[in-house]
Amino acid sequence: MRRSSNQMGPGGVGLWVFKLQTGILILQGSSSSGHAETSKVSNMVEWTEFERATIQDIFSKMDYESVGHNALTRCLVVYPWTQRYFGNFGNLYNAAAIMGNPLVAAHGTVVLHGLDKAVKNMDNIKATYAELSVLHSEKLHVDPDNFRLLADCLTIVVAARLGSGFTPDVQAAFQKFLAVVISALTKQYH
Amino acid sequence: MSLTAKDMSVVKALWGKISSKVDEIGAEALGRMLVVYPQTKTYFSHWADLSPGSAPVKKHGKTIMGAVSDAVAKIEDLPAALSQLSELHAYKLRVDPANFKILAHNIIVVTAMLFPADFTPEVHVSLDKFLQNLAWCLAERYR
Repeated sequence: MRRSSNQMGPGGVGLWVFKLQTGILILQGSSSSGHAETSKVSNMVEWTEFERATIQDIFSKMDYESVGHNALTRCLVVYPWTQRYFGNFGNLYNAAAIMGNPLVAAHGTVVLHGLDKAVKNMDNIKATYAELSVLHSEKLHVDPDNFRLLADCLTIVVAARLGSGFTPDVQAAFQKFLAVVISALTKQYH
Repeated sequence: MSLTAKDMSVVKALWGKISSKVDEIGAEALGRMLVVYPQTKTYFSHWADLSPGSAPVKKHGKTIMGAVSDAVAKIEDLPAALSQLSELHAYKLRVDPANFKILAHNIIVVTAMLFPADFTPEVHVSLDKFLQNLAWCLAERYR
């Protein structure tokens, strides 16, 4: 991203615009005559109280091992082309083999714990995932569409666990959260 | 990604298990879609109430799932089964086909919620393929 800045003019009325590498856009203004006119524009995601509480609640009660294992297994079965990233996992020949594969189980847990960062930093998910984004792009070479596929599987596993507790509003919050994570993970691809 | 014989029998078997709740699944999936994907509300500006559980949502969910159930019964020849509905969607309703995927996702979510034990990964993949094929046939007459 380009850097650009506008300097403060004489008389104290100022308008600072900074576009940082991490993509945070902050626009602030103040007037010398005492009444401050501030408009804050940022491309941070805005979360409602309900959304924050819902995400914290879901993850605080989550069985990471089980949900991670099931979500990744489901992804590898329902979207078999995703198996391309797991050539060294051994036996992925059929659904039973995938479900019983200990490497899949272990990796499911790793992926799910990777979401912890976002749960704990909901106001700064983009920066939080900058490194992981580079990793997935430069080292792992994962097509970002796969993030969406795994996210859908995770949604379905969580829905099955929560049953009627997975209300439409809870689903909306959960899917929004995953969409933000996906956006952050895709950010460093070029 | 055409339906194999196995996919067809898996979907038919699933329908046997869920048939008593098909209307509920339709209503729930549609209601959910309108909440989670608000852009889909643009197709229903003529409804008084778009909230989950409302009368128009329940009625329309039942209509949709009725058509899906019909397609399951005629799963060996989906293009023929869906030809008339495809004309309706192409010339009259003109629903952007991207939305078929969205509704399919919500049908899957609700099925998983209501039948967690039955909705194994193998059943999931067959249902996903079926809904994808259904959507494809539904868009057949679009252009």
